[in-house]
Amino acid sequence: MQIYLPIAEVSVNAFLLFGIGGLVGILSGMFGVGGGFLITPLLFFAGIPPVVAVATSANQIVASSISGVIAHFQRKTVDLKMGIVLLIGGLVGAALGVQVFAALERIGQVDLLVRLCYVVFLGIIGAMMLIESIRAIRASKRSGGAPAPRRQRGWVHALPFKMRFRSSGLYISAIPPLLVGLAVGILSAVMGVGGGFIMVPAMIYLLGMPTKVVVGTSLFQIIFVTAFTTLMHAITSQSVDMVLALMLILGGVIGAQFGARIGVKLKAEYLRVLLASLVLMVSGKIALELVLRPAELFGLS
Amino acid sequence: MIGGGGMMVRHITPAGLLRGLLVLCALIWAETAARAESVVAGLSQNEVSITANFNGSSILIFGAVERYAPLPVGGDPLEVIITVEGPDHPVTVRRMDRQYGIWMNTEEVQIDAAPTFYAVTTTAPFTDIVSDTEDLRHRISIPRAIRAVDTATANQRDFTQAVIRIRTHEGLYQLLEGAVTLRNQTLFDTSIRLPSNLVEGDYTARIFLTRSREVVASYESHIAVRKVGLERMLYNLAYEQPVIYGLLSIVIAVIAGWMASAVFRYIRAG
Repeated sequence: MQIYLPIAEVSVNAFLLFGIGGLVGILSGMFGVGGGFLITPLLFFAGIPPVVAVATSANQIVASSISGVIAHFQRKTVDLKMGIVLLIGGLVGAALGVQVFAALERIGQVDLLVRLCYVVFLGIIGAMMLIESIRAIRASKRSGGAPAPRRQRGWVHALPFKMRFRSSGLYISAIPPLLVGLAVGILSAVMGVGGGFIMVPAMIYLLGMPTKVVVGTSLFQIIFVTAFTTLMHAITSQSVDMVLALMLILGGVIGAQFGARIGVKLKAEYLRVLLASLVLMVSGKIALELVLRPAELFGLS
Repeated sequence: MIGGGGMMVRHITPAGLLRGLLVLCALIWAETAARAESVVAGLSQNEVSITANFNGSSILIFGAVERYAPLPVGGDPLEVIITVEGPDHPVTVRRMDRQYGIWMNTEEVQIDAAPTFYAVTTTAPFTDIVSDTEDLRHRISIPRAIRAVDTATANQRDFTQAVIRIRTHEGLYQLLEGAVTLRNQTLFDTSIRLPSNLVEGDYTARIFLTRSREVVASYESHIAVRKVGLERMLYNLAYEQPVIYGLLSIVIAVIAGWMASAVFRYIRAG
């Protein structure tokens, strides 16, 4: 069944879009990530113009994050205060990111920027996650399930503007969370992702937040940053395709429920090895496309 | 008089087609007596609606050659060229080059106007039936339909050719030699496929009769390609009220996310 997307101005198979949404939903349910980093490249592959793909996946992430954050609110695993501080940084970052995106679109380098961001960030995060989770598997085999030692957090404590974050049990400066929020906000606008895959490790290793509040808090702030990104893209480039978003959301919410059930059955360390391999594969594929000679050297816009 | 000599038949039956042609012949007869040969033609539709399940469309173009003098004996045969052209838009063409080990856009050329869709169908190989001069005058062939006056780059040709190559690959530019059927030097018809990635606007169908590579008669008709219904509404809203459109997108996402979580909680509980 073909469906004509009014903003993308292409006709795409509706089942393909459901499928992409569903696949990403399964993964996001399994791993607790938004899945934006997969949806955007898959949409490129389905023939959606990159500009529309980036803007519309931001809209889709709003839906999947809401669906996820409700469960976390019920378990009281959201640090609202930390979420709001991250959000302030995030909104500023997203506003900057949308401007950067629009400027690069004018000079024709937006494709390159998006691809480079994917290669660099997915590559680093994927490699770190893979090494860390393999170590954790080895450690658990040797010592019978002891958790990996928590890192020291020295320099974060030396900064001014200290705040107390009760749910996280932290008393730290507001500057690091603001900066983390800012960086993720920029990436959210440029890459069409929620940024959970960067936010989560940054919260654990940089801010030293306890693991149980990390995912809920990250989802909480992602809702607002991606909603803001959606609005900014809709205003500056009219590139949010509501029909496309709806297809992805429908597939995504159903997939997420199945993913959550698969996720419960697998061990956390093995889940992370899987996620890390997936992230590295996406990054590797995009890197290859940058390095290999493309079949068509010309492009139209 | 219907549409300046053209007519519209939505469901074509052989009888309907014949009846239509007869009516047209009668209408045209008086006003074209001065010329030796002229075209009478119709399209299967003058309107294409892009709906949610739009998956391309076919347009049937048919007609007849009207003569007021007997066919010249031993002269060159009559040939027919039919074109359908979409609205002109400027295009930026970018070329990639390898820099710092990666492929990136390095050079760009503005094409002032290139049709978003262009199909040429003929009765015989294009260059055999029309001369370069006539092609230039009437802008019939695909390269002639693209206008580019920006000559800052030495290899302008490469960029224009790239537009043709990419759009041909996407089915937006078509050259179908021999796809027009011409019977007894009088009746002709062809079918042109409009792909699903169609841009809305006013499309023009043109018919040229040629003899000895000269254009002896031509005819023009229009096709309106429009988004309708939901597609129309969303597109207008996105461009005319971007803030409301953006907010609406977010509201839909919020409700969808909320409902999904509620529905599945209910399923699990019950």
